[in-house]
Amino acid sequence: MNKILKTNIEPDEWQSLRAYTDARIALGKTGVSIPMAESLAFKLAHAHAKDAVYSSLDQGPLIDLLKEIHQPVVSLHSQAANRDIYLQRPDLGRRLADDSVRKLQQLHVQPADLCIILADGLSASAINENAWPVVSLLIQAAKKLGFSVSAISLVEQARVAIADEIGGLLKAKMSIIFIGERPGLSSFDSMGAYITYAPSPGLTDERRNCISNIRQKGLSAALAVDKIMYLVREAFRLQITGVTLKDNDTSHPSQLPTDDLPNGMIS
Amino acid sequence: MSYQYTIRGFTYRFDDLRELLAKASPLRSGDVLAGLAAVTYEERVAAQLALSNVPLKRFLNEAIIPYESDEVTRLIIDSHDFNAFAPVSHFTVGELRDWLLSDQADTIALQKLTMGLTPEMVAAVSKLMRNQDLILVAKKCEVITRFRNTVGLKGHLSVRLQPNHPLDDVRGIAASVLDGLLYGSGDAVIGINPATDSPAATAKLLYLIDDLRERFEIPTQSCILSHITTTIELIEQNVPVDLVFQSIAGTEKANASFGVNLAILQEGYEAGISLNRGTVGNNVMYFESGQGSALSSNAHLGLDQQTCEVRSYAVARQFKPFLHNSVVGFIGPEYLFDGKQIIRAGLEDHFCGKLMGLPMGMDICYTNHAQADQDDMDSLLTMLGVSGINFIMGVPGADDIMLNYQSTSFHDALYLRRVLGFKPAPEFESWLLRQGIMDSDSNRLFTGNQKSLYAGLFEA
Repeated sequence: MNKILKTNIEPDEWQSLRAYTDARIALGKTGVSIPMAESLAFKLAHAHAKDAVYSSLDQGPLIDLLKEIHQPVVSLHSQAANRDIYLQRPDLGRRLADDSVRKLQQLHVQPADLCIILADGLSASAINENAWPVVSLLIQAAKKLGFSVSAISLVEQARVAIADEIGGLLKAKMSIIFIGERPGLSSFDSMGAYITYAPSPGLTDERRNCISNIRQKGLSAALAVDKIMYLVREAFRLQITGVTLKDNDTSHPSQLPTDDLPNGMIS
Repeated sequence: MSYQYTIRGFTYRFDDLRELLAKASPLRSGDVLAGLAAVTYEERVAAQLALSNVPLKRFLNEAIIPYESDEVTRLIIDSHDFNAFAPVSHFTVGELRDWLLSDQADTIALQKLTMGLTPEMVAAVSKLMRNQDLILVAKKCEVITRFRNTVGLKGHLSVRLQPNHPLDDVRGIAASVLDGLLYGSGDAVIGINPATDSPAATAKLLYLIDDLRERFEIPTQSCILSHITTTIELIEQNVPVDLVFQSIAGTEKANASFGVNLAILQEGYEAGISLNRGTVGNNVMYFESGQGSALSSNAHLGLDQQTCEVRSYAVARQFKPFLHNSVVGFIGPEYLFDGKQIIRAGLEDHFCGKLMGLPMGMDICYTNHAQADQDDMDSLLTMLGVSGINFIMGVPGADDIMLNYQSTSFHDALYLRRVLGFKPAPEFESWLLRQGIMDSDSNRLFTGNQKSLYAGLFEA
């Protein structure tokens, strides 16, 4: 019996255009369909994104490292009991569970300038892989400039606004929350930082400043800390954060919050 | 007025139409989040049974958001056409469903009825229909629009080419545009979501597409999806604007959160018309909407998300859009949790939009935190193709690197055209043939002509 010839993928002769964009262009085709290799590459990227959404904060190493620099740590949880509830009830992810509230109250903390919060958000992987270098540099830089730093909070099943409640309970003048951003196919480990002056429950997103895309292949730890410290100094000077406080960087578009609200449709 | 239905000796009561519509809605996470969903399976069906008995006339007497406090309600009531409504004015919602599925309800009959139906009537009947009902009736509707080509003809499927780039890089966007054109996409519109809303950046992109379109005489239209006030400003500066874009929603308050109202939309519409850039017609608006957008801005006023969505169609049809796009899976899993909910919502949106007289297309899509994947998109894509959807999105490899979500690809569009025998918009298909890009079966030709499209653009 004659064997059927293997199908030649029809390549696209404009493959050189791939140099200009990360978009999936010039994929070639078999019939009218996506070639096998490209189809599986897409699936792998989606698998990474899904795994990131369902990843958990790896608290042990972070706690050890923070203890080494004599920084108190507290582990907290939102009112969303698990990931599926978290995904469907953003309101619960913005509030601390009752026992976490008690935990913070029992700390009897002194008021501080900054409270730093690490939260899983939509990608705990982002925190696991990127948080430590950023946080350690940030603590160093803040202390060098004379800012006091409260206990570091590690929060599970959390949304951005949970920083308002934590900041209020810790009597901090400013909250800085590092949180996993919604994973895309090209980046599943992107961390965002949201900075809020005078945090207290009920604030909305226009009161925050955001620095997005902190990851190894994106905004580096050193650059991220520079940007954050710029905003911190400006915020303390003007006693405000949010839309009225401008980023020092004009080369990139200012990022809208991407954790709770998709920003594309409201373009 | 309250509504009720008794099942096995237990009487379910629903305080008003708003509650009845919400409880009758097929399950979705957004209505649960809003605290509006039926609590049990039985309660949902009880609501559907009660809703099926509600006379259509009732919807003209009971506004679900007060006339006095909401300009969308005022638009709905004031633009209702009693003459168009008359033939079905004695129907209940259930009887409307049976009639829509009957052979009497053909394309012409449905077109005549369009302005006689309010969005609440259309939302109500959709809640009583199964997926196949939504498909069958939508397929009978036909909404044709024209600008530089003709979209919505039966047997044709158009594609919005969506060449987004996270930094609005001109060469990056041009590369994706060419990839799409060479795969036969772009007849609905070449539409870019800009990374910023700066007028200068938007103008730069408009000139890029316009230059390309003129140079190769492509019978299509462009759109930068910036805020309508930005577009109006650019029109005043004589920047080449084809379609005028805006996201809209179904309540005055939700529209306010988008920074628009009916007067601003009217202004944008008139500005677009004034340019007179269409060659075969003058439908100039491109709208987007999506279930959950009102709730996400806390502006749903106790309405379920699907009813809210259909009210936005009443806003849209006022301005005779060239395209109306439901961004169904984009708003996130707190509104549509999984593939099942996204598919259901997609079929509802398409059906409701078409019955309301809109040129419906869809961003068949999901975010990575929704329980959905490309298989779900294939299902919805195929079902919407069978339903006769006007247009879908074409994103390189289905992966939008700017908005970070997954939609449908240029290849997906070719798949749908292939399995259902659809053609691109006729003017655009002629161009593809003339350029030697594709033959009439969407097979790519190797004529070397393609090179001319990108050689000039990317020389150093």
